Amino acid sequence: MTQHKNDPVLSISNLTVEFPTASGAFKAVDGISLDIAKGEVLGVIGESGAGKSMTGAAVTGLIDRPGRISSGEIRLNGERIDGFSEAALRTVRGRRIGTVFQDPLVSLNPLYTIGRQLIETIRAHLPLKAKAARARAIELLREVGIGEAERRVDAYPHQFSGGMRQRVVIALAIAADPELLIADEPTSALDVSVQAQIVALLKSLCEKRGLAVLLITHDMGVIAEIADRVAVMNRGRIVETGPVADIVRNPREDYTRGLIAAIPSIHSKSTRPVLTGADHLVRVENIRQNFELPGGFSFPLLRRLSPVRHITAVDDVSFSIGEGQTFALVGESGSGKSTIARIVAGLLRPQTGRVAVGGRRMGESNAPAVGGAVQMVFQDPYASLNPRWRIGDIIAEPIRRLGLGQNRAEIDRQVAELLERVRLEPQARHRYPHEFSGGQRQRIAIARALSSRPRFIVCDEPTSALDVSVQAQVLDLMASLQAEFGLTYLLISHNLAVVRQMADRVGVLKGGVLVEEGAVEQVFERPQHAYTKMLLAAAPDIREAFRRREVGPGRDLTTIGGEETLPLEAG
Amino acid sequence: MAVDINLPAPPSPDRPASTPSGRIRLKLGIVTWLALLLAIGLMLAALFAPLLAPYDPFDPATLDLLDGMMPPMQPSAFTEKTFLFGTDNQGRDVFSSILYGSRVSLTVAFAATFLSLAIGVSAGLVSGYAGGVTDAVIMRVADAQLTFPTILIALLVFGIAQGLVPAAEQESAAVWILIFAIGFSNWPQFARTVRGATLVEKRRDYVAAARLIGVSPARILVTHILPNLAGPVLVIATIGLALAVIEEATLSYLGVGVPPTRPSLGTLIRIGQQFLFSGEWWILAFPAATLVLLALSVNLLGDRLRDALNPRLRDGRR
Repeated sequence: MTQHKNDPVLSISNLTVEFPTASGAFKAVDGISLDIAKGEVLGVIGESGAGKSMTGAAVTGLIDRPGRISSGEIRLNGERIDGFSEAALRTVRGRRIGTVFQDPLVSLNPLYTIGRQLIETIRAHLPLKAKAARARAIELLREVGIGEAERRVDAYPHQFSGGMRQRVVIALAIAADPELLIADEPTSALDVSVQAQIVALLKSLCEKRGLAVLLITHDMGVIAEIADRVAVMNRGRIVETGPVADIVRNPREDYTRGLIAAIPSIHSKSTRPVLTGADHLVRVENIRQNFELPGGFSFPLLRRLSPVRHITAVDDVSFSIGEGQTFALVGESGSGKSTIARIVAGLLRPQTGRVAVGGRRMGESNAPAVGGAVQMVFQDPYASLNPRWRIGDIIAEPIRRLGLGQNRAEIDRQVAELLERVRLEPQARHRYPHEFSGGQRQRIAIARALSSRPRFIVCDEPTSALDVSVQAQVLDLMASLQAEFGLTYLLISHNLAVVRQMADRVGVLKGGVLVEEGAVEQVFERPQHAYTKMLLAAAPDIREAFRRREVGPGRDLTTIGGEETLPLEAG
Repeated sequence: MAVDINLPAPPSPDRPASTPSGRIRLKLGIVTWLALLLAIGLMLAALFAPLLAPYDPFDPATLDLLDGMMPPMQPSAFTEKTFLFGTDNQGRDVFSSILYGSRVSLTVAFAATFLSLAIGVSAGLVSGYAGGVTDAVIMRVADAQLTFPTILIALLVFGIAQGLVPAAEQESAAVWILIFAIGFSNWPQFARTVRGATLVEKRRDYVAAARLIGVSPARILVTHILPNLAGPVLVIATIGLALAVIEEATLSYLGVGVPPTRPSLGTLIRIGQQFLFSGEWWILAFPAATLVLLALSVNLLGDRLRDALNPRLRDGRR
């Protein structure tokens, strides 16, 4: 940490943000106070709906109507900025407060070169001539770690990878040399390997420039990596504030304790018994899948005549899963995980290769799943339940369809039983999906998957849309159901900690190729492939982060994953 | 007309997950209220025309040529009757004619909208869900039809259909032919909207979940996807109804619509315009005003419905 001035860069006291609703004012932020000193990173952590993003929006004056700041003050270097007019706020935003949002794709204008966007931002805030602004743009790109900045300044956003785009967004945020940087989930849309680099970049910028950083995230790993202090938010209030190490090691409040306990670690050894000699229930042999890229004639008959480019999503992948076991596939976005999940579930027919479940080959008859023996739990619990159907009908559909219940009373009894299995009230069956939270919906989705009495369930990122505490509940539920019914799982995940906790065997995917496969402990303790090693090193982890910090700041995280390369031109 | 629409609250991860109810409350402004009252009023008036109309304009026995061309609200010197909106050249009460005329107009418009809805929604669902060649063929047909003005298509269909019907039955079949002509000319808009919405819905995982247990495509379309299209379909149906009212009037005005013995609003306007320059303005003005109010109020309701169902316009969400 660099030198502290006496007064904080950002000082929030007693801030309350209200939204009027039919049932009285809803306090999204409820009387919070926090300070950030120069050169300090303050992490704000909390689950969805905790009010952390709203706090950031309040500082930049970007609260959407009808929300409003109903009390409290926000001071930037002693100057009160909460009552500012829109015009006055514009001189603050960008100039004195830089902002980095979650998704770099929507933060950049795809029609302009990044140079143009940088120059525009620089000249809006600083009295520089076009040429000087361009020089500064190149310098900024270099500062955020983009090699060959002179050449790449004239590239368009689509020519950059996700991580490099986020670097550009950070360059935009610091273009006018602001005093405060607000980073709202800056790494959540990125792959782990890239995430580590962005985290390291933010940390080094903060140290070099003496920036005060308000880091908003749901990921304790990111906080542990770079924050000096952390504020834990829950339901609009700050539960606990303090130095990161104190909070993580000795949380005082129950809420914080629960939050930290719920975070799975990639270093906690698997507690699953080692199963050997189980019969293989699922066999996947040499599957391959190409997708056509958009372009060429759209009319089907003419399309054959036009050159269409293909990408290989899944390239000669084979694995098998023993009965009652969990096989996990890990990989970054675009590695073909979800495509494999859909092929294995029978929703997509592979171009070559075969999938067999219980000795029966999939995809031969019109019914994709073999009589309901294969089920699936999807990533997005908001899209996987039909919003127009009652919960009872959603869960009963497989029972009715497959004739597993003889009459209405019998079906009703099964639905109630399934709801109890996933720890929901049987009365829930009369309600609609929108009345439930994300975690509850995911449990309803699990109940639906169970209703056809499957032997095998494909779980495609079942917890990545959920908060950590809810994730822990859903994972627990999945594990206990597996033990009870002898279920076999194919678990697709990008979260290595979840995989270590849940899986017996794991396969690592890169670019559609299965680069490594083995028992979980073996892969996590003695990874063979360089890519697996890189993934494991890059995964944000609280314990690992503290160990690194104590060893000293000598280790440069930017080297993880090697030099980022410019993807295909006009990819 | 129910204005409570049970739609799911859009997913908003940063808000408390469950709202007390998924119902959308239409906050009705004064204009919307007026439009709603007017539309309902006109429809009820048309429905109960035989009870409300002071005279039967189609019963020659009650007509008296001496009452012809009476201006509004003037007692007749011969029969001592008073006519709210005056009479036409044959002594028919304009007010009663409008009531009966709206009845014909609305019947045709409702039936035609229902027909375009049936064709358009089925074509759109199949097109969006099947994709590939099926989609290409259906949508190119729709595109081709869209390049012609709907009124031209309706005229064409009307002409062909009349040629197929024996002369003796032409008068009784005219209403049916009109419904078919208007209904058929409007299906492409419905198909395009439904296809777009189907493309979005079919990618949702609840459809994949249904496919997993072997639910047939037809069943998925009807039981899973169709209910989720209720919002957009309701909106285009309402706006389509207003268009159908105008289209019917245009056709009848051109003289190809319903026969003069059962005049619709368009027919009344056609008759009325002959007298405009001789000073009998009421014969044209009142039917025309009714048509304008009817089309306008239904259209306003459609617009309001569309805005209410658009989550972006609903409130200050992020």
